[in-house]
Amino acid sequence: MRISLPVENGDTLQALQGFLQKLLVEGVVDLLLVPMRTPSGTITPALVSDPGLLSQADPLAPVLPVNAATLAGQVSVRKPRPRVGAVLRSCEARALVELVKLQQASLEDMLVIAVDCAGAYGVAEYGKLVSSNGKPKDALWQELFKSARLTPETPPAGLRQACQVCEQPIFDGAQVVIELLEGGLAEQIRLTLPDALGEKLGFTPAEAGDRAQILAKLIEARTARRDVEFAAIRARMEGTENLSSIFAACIRCHNCMTVCPICYCKTCVFKSPIFDHEPMQYSAWTRQKGAYRMPSDTTLFHLTRLNHMALSCVGCGMCSEACPAELPVGMVFRAIGQRVQGVFNYQPGKNVDEKPPLITFKADEWTEVGE
Amino acid sequence: MMRESSFEPRIIAFLCNWCTYTGADLAGTSRLQYPPNVRIIRLMCSGAVDPIYVLKADLAGADGILIGGCHPGDCHYQEGNYKERRRVVALKQILKDAGYDEDRIWIRWISASEGQRFAEAIREITVAMKEKGPNPAKSEWAI
Repeated sequence: MRISLPVENGDTLQALQGFLQKLLVEGVVDLLLVPMRTPSGTITPALVSDPGLLSQADPLAPVLPVNAATLAGQVSVRKPRPRVGAVLRSCEARALVELVKLQQASLEDMLVIAVDCAGAYGVAEYGKLVSSNGKPKDALWQELFKSARLTPETPPAGLRQACQVCEQPIFDGAQVVIELLEGGLAEQIRLTLPDALGEKLGFTPAEAGDRAQILAKLIEARTARRDVEFAAIRARMEGTENLSSIFAACIRCHNCMTVCPICYCKTCVFKSPIFDHEPMQYSAWTRQKGAYRMPSDTTLFHLTRLNHMALSCVGCGMCSEACPAELPVGMVFRAIGQRVQGVFNYQPGKNVDEKPPLITFKADEWTEVGE
Repeated sequence: MMRESSFEPRIIAFLCNWCTYTGADLAGTSRLQYPPNVRIIRLMCSGAVDPIYVLKADLAGADGILIGGCHPGDCHYQEGNYKERRRVVALKQILKDAGYDEDRIWIRWISASEGQRFAEAIREITVAMKEKGPNPAKSEWAI
């Protein structure tokens, strides 16, 4: 059912915190996984069992320090496990769906609470904005949602690039959807939740707001921008450049892999001794070419990672945020991912019952291959 | 131009134990002639060919890479070749979109009784890769 959560004194965040408190107090979930404001003022995901501490919850703060899908996986992957309510943005929820398919998370005892997302700033940018502007604490997210609603063609300066081209700002596949992409958030928040849960919490059904119209325009603007960015990066790779030249400044820190919610391997093959070659092997390779890039196998690293995660890439952009060389990792991976996802007619994050393309097959497909 | 006429492509072949490797063996015992450009690596199944092996060979400068497995439906492990087929489709698409030449990667289903088909495949790949010229990765040090 769709309900309307009243907002008092224009404090949208407080109303949201009140709803989350109810989930804990009424025993709907044991823990909440939710972005929290630390005593130092920064935002981090945290697990919360004490309803009183939810006054520090801030799912509206426009910053994405980590993709919390990984964390939702950690608290759900095996039994026994707590019942967790996970407050997630769309890209986090979609990554979680992929992790479930990859057997790294479970939705069995989880209540996914999806918040509509107007985009987020990188951690450093957010820190600067918070310390410099001296505006009321709600100003940042309010400006962002206002921009998404009224001027979706021109995202605020400094917004994460992945967010600027994100055409999936909502995740409607969650049990609870907090519909923030509409007007009047100072008076009420609309949300949808299962009928039984709505009745248990004492809510009555409400009408839909103007979310559908706002979404249509926002998605259109974001898609247009995405297509421009994809075309630019593809033109480079179809021209004289390739992945090796675009990633030539890679320092092999593996940050992109570490922060990627889809890269779940505990020991990545690139951190294994397989790539600790014998000293004379390096010598032989060097003599073959006259020179040999070190650390070795940089293009191999990126192409292998693409083969491992491109089909499941949800475009959260954590990789780009984490890259110290500021390489366009996310844009390259998304542009390549979109094509290969298209080949398999696969949309990551959409359907939890669908198998990832590379663990399944059909006998009567690509019959020309190998003949 | 001189280089083209003297260029002999080096082809790395990942062959499954049960079909294509045995087919290659048959080509040999049947004394079939085929170009000496292929270096064979035997695996238990084409489904065991991780894309990283293919990528490593490609980036190390192999001019052609062949993955050989049992015909669809004939996999010794039921479905290894079906899964490899998908992996190769994905790999080639990714390589293409990342700006690399996906046509250096070949896949052929060759049974244990098809020595002739194996010899033909090696002839075909050798001619095609000769025409294409050396893999640029062979001389690129900064990759």
